[in-house]
Amino acid sequence: MVIAIASGKGGTGKTTVATSLASVLGPNGRLLDCDVEEPNCHIFMNPELDTSVAVNLPVPVVDMEKCSLCGKCGEVCRFSAIVLIGDEVLTFPEMCHGCGGCSLLCPEKAIAEGSRLLGVVETGYSGAVEFVQGRLRVGEAMSPPLIKAVKEKIDPEKINILDAPPGASCPVITTVKGADFILMVTEPTPFGLHDLRIAVEAVSVLGAAMGVILNRSDIGTGDVERYCKERSLPLLMKIPHDRTIAEGYARGELLIDAAPQYRERFVDLSAHIAELVRQPGESYVEAAS
Amino acid sequence: MKEIVIISGKGGTGKTTLTASFAYLARDNVLADCDVDAADLHLLAAPKVLHEEDFYGGVKAVIDPGRCTQCGLCTEACRYAAISDDYVVDPLSCEGCSVCFHVCPVDAVTLEESLNGRWFISESRLGPMVHAELRPGEENSGKLVALVRNQAKVLTGKSGKKLILVDGAPGVGCPVISSVTGADRVVIVTEPTRSGIHDMLRALELVQGFNIPTSVVINKYDIAPEMGERIHRICSEKQTVVLGSIPYDAAVTAAMVNGRSVVEFDDGDASKAIVGIWEKLAETVPS
Repeated sequence: MVIAIASGKGGTGKTTVATSLASVLGPNGRLLDCDVEEPNCHIFMNPELDTSVAVNLPVPVVDMEKCSLCGKCGEVCRFSAIVLIGDEVLTFPEMCHGCGGCSLLCPEKAIAEGSRLLGVVETGYSGAVEFVQGRLRVGEAMSPPLIKAVKEKIDPEKINILDAPPGASCPVITTVKGADFILMVTEPTPFGLHDLRIAVEAVSVLGAAMGVILNRSDIGTGDVERYCKERSLPLLMKIPHDRTIAEGYARGELLIDAAPQYRERFVDLSAHIAELVRQPGESYVEAAS
Repeated sequence: MKEIVIISGKGGTGKTTLTASFAYLARDNVLADCDVDAADLHLLAAPKVLHEEDFYGGVKAVIDPGRCTQCGLCTEACRYAAISDDYVVDPLSCEGCSVCFHVCPVDAVTLEESLNGRWFISESRLGPMVHAELRPGEENSGKLVALVRNQAKVLTGKSGKKLILVDGAPGVGCPVISSVTGADRVVIVTEPTRSGIHDMLRALELVQGFNIPTSVVINKYDIAPEMGERIHRICSEKQTVVLGSIPYDAAVTAAMVNGRSVVEFDDGDASKAIVGIWEKLAETVPS
């Protein structure tokens, strides 16, 4: 099973939920941090990382000996990554999307493929929980291919928890695509609601079952709860604002360690999600706070 | 004309809250919301749209089943696994690279402009504003960010204003790189948590790669003062100015619920801190 944790708005508690949920799963769980721009799960999981594999994107390398200056490569490239100027072919590897078009379509077979480092995929264990994270190279713009490399580590035998990046654009879709369940973590503020709506709209085309966790549930307004009711999104947990939790988070403690009364609730959450995946279409559930 | 970009690394640290307050205090500025996939600044600025346009960031391949001979050349060439076994392109996976279009021997593939979003020029409570909405799930956010920034520059020139305040996106990827490239100043808003520090360091590394003068603001600093001190130490090692610290204050959420920036909502602790931070920032940005 694959459970993706998303939110729309950043800083609502995705990582808090993902790490505690993965921790209560123990040896049945595998945590994959797909927020490769800012991976934070490791701060709370303290994993022993034993492998680190570089992930590269193929980029063009032109052999000017073979090049006939026909300019086909520049015509084909949609990303302005290769262009013929005078008697020179200039490449802009940082613009390249690695589609391979220039090298495939070059009539002289003058374009080989080198590589651009996107980042690394690291794996290890945090206690009994298997841990995987992607870490985008700072300065690299393109995260989806690295997210895909992280997702190759999904183990169909386990319960895979995917911590998604914030927002609602292609890195989020790349992460949650193929998930059995999408858990939205939000907060009851106007920003939380606005971004939740966008994220729900973005992922609803994927057809996965969805649920919501309301973090800092006692700030703001009741609008998010009303929205969940309207959309028949089950509200699976409320986490009231609590200084102990905030301080534990600041120090890098798991929610279930900073506030142990939540351990049981996360066990229940995992069971509830498994049920919703088996029997989708459950209507709105009033969560106890 | 000067451009100040507010980013954070970690999401939810207060970029938009701070941007709106800066705009209220600066008064004579243009606003640009470059967090195009989760834009929230309009919830505080209440823009009245004067001009809007569709944003087409790229193309998507479409296969005509009437022409397709199912030869398999396109599926073999596509590196994004975007073409199904029955030769239908999944628009969510299609990168718009056009390789299938070029390899198809029977011209069954067409490239259709893909509508990725919309952008707006508005008059708002907090000044003239350029903002955008990426369509949910779409790509090309970096291009849309560049477009928003360019339009903000045009608007600034026309209106005779001197300052652009840019609300950036979280992370360090495509939209963030597009928001900071060529800016005059970057402000990183962080929080005194291990995640906040970790992400601030990555954002700082990114911006220093571009050689842009950068300063830091610590939000909710009283949640973990020892982490706040750590941020001060890190910033002094990295020759980065900490402009100030904002305490946790329920007025921040209350202001947001009321559609106001914190500094116009009340004059409590957070509000006073932001005023101090703005004065310090404004001094370092001569017009």
